[in-house]
Amino acid sequence: MGSKLIFLIVIVLGVIALAQLVRVYELSSKLRNRGEHEVTNRDNNLNGRMMVLFMLLFYAGFIWLMLTYGWTGRGDAASVHGKETDWLLDINFIIIIAVFFFTNTLLFVFSYKYIRKPGVKAFYYPHNNKLEMLWTVVPACVLAVIIILGLKSWNEVTDNAKDESIRVELFSKQFDWTARYAGDDNKLGRFDYKLTLDNNELALLTATTIDSAIHAMEFGPTGIKTLISKLNDRTIMLVPEDKEKMENDLSRKERLIRLLYQMRERHDGKVDAQAWDDIIQKDTLFLCVNKEYEFNFRSKDVLHSAFFPHFRAQMNTVPGMTTRFKFIPDVTSAEMRKRKNNDKFNYVLMCNKICGGAHYKMKMMVVVLSESEYKAWMTNKKKQTFKDAYFATAAPAAPAEAAPMAGDTLSVAKK
Amino acid sequence: MAAVAHEAHGHHDAHGHHDHDHGHHEESFVSKYIFSQDHKMIGKQFLMTAVFMGLVAMLLSILFRIQLAWPGESSSFLSFFLGEEWAPGGVLKEDMYLGLVTIHGTIMVFFLLTGGLSGTFSNLLIPLQLGARDMASGFLNMLSYWMFLLSSVLMLSSLFIETGPAMAGWTVYPPLSALPQAVSGSGMGMTLWLFSMAIFIASSLIGSLNYIVTVLNLRTKGMKMTRMPLTIWAFFVTAILGVLSFPVLLSAALLLIMDRLAGTSFYLSDIIVGGEMLTNHGGSPILFQHLFWFLGHPEVYIVLLPALGLSSEIISTNSRKPIFGYRAMIGSILAIGFLSFIVWGHHMFVTGMNPFLGSVFVFTTLLIAIPSAVKVFNYITTIWKGSLVLTPAMLFALGLVSTFITGGVTGIILADSALDIAIHDTYFVVAHFHIVMGMSAVFGMFGGVYHWFPKMYGKMMNLRLGYAHFWITIVGAYGVFFPMHFVGLAGAPRRYYDYSVYGEFDVDSLNMMMDLNQIITVFAIIAALGQLLFLFNFFYSIYRGPKAPQNPWNGNTLEWTTPVEHMHGNWPGELPTVHRWPYDYSKPGSDVDFIPQTVPLAEGEEEH
Repeated sequence: MGSKLIFLIVIVLGVIALAQLVRVYELSSKLRNRGEHEVTNRDNNLNGRMMVLFMLLFYAGFIWLMLTYGWTGRGDAASVHGKETDWLLDINFIIIIAVFFFTNTLLFVFSYKYIRKPGVKAFYYPHNNKLEMLWTVVPACVLAVIIILGLKSWNEVTDNAKDESIRVELFSKQFDWTARYAGDDNKLGRFDYKLTLDNNELALLTATTIDSAIHAMEFGPTGIKTLISKLNDRTIMLVPEDKEKMENDLSRKERLIRLLYQMRERHDGKVDAQAWDDIIQKDTLFLCVNKEYEFNFRSKDVLHSAFFPHFRAQMNTVPGMTTRFKFIPDVTSAEMRKRKNNDKFNYVLMCNKICGGAHYKMKMMVVVLSESEYKAWMTNKKKQTFKDAYFATAAPAAPAEAAPMAGDTLSVAKK
Repeated sequence: MAAVAHEAHGHHDAHGHHDHDHGHHEESFVSKYIFSQDHKMIGKQFLMTAVFMGLVAMLLSILFRIQLAWPGESSSFLSFFLGEEWAPGGVLKEDMYLGLVTIHGTIMVFFLLTGGLSGTFSNLLIPLQLGARDMASGFLNMLSYWMFLLSSVLMLSSLFIETGPAMAGWTVYPPLSALPQAVSGSGMGMTLWLFSMAIFIASSLIGSLNYIVTVLNLRTKGMKMTRMPLTIWAFFVTAILGVLSFPVLLSAALLLIMDRLAGTSFYLSDIIVGGEMLTNHGGSPILFQHLFWFLGHPEVYIVLLPALGLSSEIISTNSRKPIFGYRAMIGSILAIGFLSFIVWGHHMFVTGMNPFLGSVFVFTTLLIAIPSAVKVFNYITTIWKGSLVLTPAMLFALGLVSTFITGGVTGIILADSALDIAIHDTYFVVAHFHIVMGMSAVFGMFGGVYHWFPKMYGKMMNLRLGYAHFWITIVGAYGVFFPMHFVGLAGAPRRYYDYSVYGEFDVDSLNMMMDLNQIITVFAIIAALGQLLFLFNFFYSIYRGPKAPQNPWNGNTLEWTTPVEHMHGNWPGELPTVHRWPYDYSKPGSDVDFIPQTVPLAEGEEEH
């Protein structure tokens, strides 16, 4: 408290001192019969020189930053299109830095050079069509080059992935990433968010997962049956807020379960295999060097953005929608560590769209392996397909039981 | 409308005579200072409110800059302002970090640079420079201010509620902003944000309509559109942009309010949040982004154009030279205004929008660089061979041209979709828009305050303090935002609470970011302290400053023909008649270096 008081006193004294200084200054101006609207030649020249001094310091700071922190700051691009992005970025930077120095220099030097001088009148020069045409046409031509180069690169980057490119899904939620490889058939299994359960976090769609989702929604610990029995149990006193919450929960689940039943009716079991052979991978994303990847992005809750700074790749993940981005990593992690002379370096996938408190922690390490390393890793990984993992965690209820009861639970739900 | 305005005009004329005859017009304290319908007083009310809001937003930025420079370290400054609730042990909470960033952005963009800049100077200068007694509707003008104040109070109040202010970034993208389960600020805080913005938009619309009507109908005799000062052109186009784009933001906000309160699914689809499976299906978060940026991009120019208008006037007056290429300047204002409506997609290159659509937006966006380049070269040619008087206002206007260049050129990189992929949502973007929009508009505003302070308060501001303020501000602000380009190029995402996460995969980048973040924060604190000089100068001069002469800067425009003492109706006696454009500075054949607009053309003299 004491320090705050002293702090406050210092501020008050500072303001008083400033006020006194200003008053002294004003008195002296009054003596010299000068108003505040008249800028003396001394002040004018001083500020003109300051303009040039500032410009020099500004440029020095810029050059120091460039030398110290590098051209792009994040090292060589580690993907095929990323190299082109960097090339284009360099060209654009050369153009804009030239413009930056040229125009800023004119501005600051002119504001020093053409400072008011006794006896020199300003040059009346209201317009000149040729000059104006010049600085309309020249920027337009430069921009045309920038646009053409940029769009050429953009069309290549956003073009459809080749059929043989490897499909990987990146699933985002607050606050982590999960990868899903498409498995042997290179087809990602289908999904529906309503199928999300503890043993099916990515909500993959198969006849079995539909059945267990229905079962969990009806008989699970917070399922429809439990809710109804709690709400109808006269021996339990419910706080009104809790009761309202449970009723809302119930009506929500009743709507969802109807959709699940429709989904089951329409489901074609032939596509199940696409999901069962998928491989789910957390924490680290392993990629094979020089192979094209098509990433499919999904979000469970809010917007996220999959940002791979080293591969110059970025795409938002949007709930209710699948977005895509393709690239070919062409430098292995081991190679990049050698280049950077840093054996702890890793590629990374970061979240780059504000998504909640722990946004900044939401990331996944990315490791690019050589082809042989990748094959070895994948062979091992294939022992744990979605199917293996799913049945290993043993769904609590056998789906076969749930099916015959479906009819009467639906009628309960409809009540 | 014209007829009504004319009638009001006539009434005011009579009013003016009345003032003249009796010296003082009786006004109660309430009608003069509080519920005033006089445009000059309303302009000052906007300025005061905006200065206060700007101070708050600046303080918020210092709070989160401390966290960024010294993450996880206890700070008594943080605990003093945020208390144990939001900064336990003097360390900022993650959620509150996002809250501070969000409210800082919202206040700066909307309350300081839209309400404050356009509200203050459109109100003050439109009638004075056009030769009108007041705005077309004094009552609506008053209403506009009071709604602005109400929305400011609502926005500030959201800082004090238990669940914290809105935390979804100033762009409030749903679903984050729609789901209280996702972040605590999306509860009551977000509701207050939305209602505050809805009222703000209403205020802005009423104000803008008033400006447009006034410019079209209340120009004095001889004030052709092509004789209007560039300030008025800028305010006029700004008001049109506001009228056309703000309603779209209102609709975006209303749909979001409905998603939050009425269970609709405009922006929501297939979501599981906080363990709860929502039934919303079929909405699209991308829709919100389209609606938001349909306002959001013109908004950039709503902020920027008034600053460019003010600086045109200031640079011309203090170079003692006509603005170079007056018609080209008008043309580029109009071109920028038009193009600003068809570029919004450049904020959305990586949202999953159709790539072809992306290429269209690349094209339109880069086109804006052309009128912007024209403006810059015209400013530079204006000071070329001038006779420069470096008043504080002039320094700020020249500073604006510098920041407009520095921030503008990086826009070319961001507008190029292929490059944007690599730097979208990084600090490079933060650097870009703070320099080109933030610094430029704030410099324009400071320039405007220094230049028109004598008109607002009839007093002069202290020159020396003005100089000190300018130099501290330009050094501090460039020191803050210039290094951010490098942080961004290194790949640092914006809105990260703590860049220590880089330690897990790239120590070199971590060291660089920590170094630069500390440099940035130190400059930010210096720049913030520099603003105290301005505050002192501003308030001291209002009460104790030396009395201003009628035309302190030897300007040509009509506001300098009004008496120093404010009066309702602006001119005693008849309204002035305009005979020439406002930029006859140092015209050959004239003894003095300025010829006010009210002076008739001499025999044989040609208009510009």
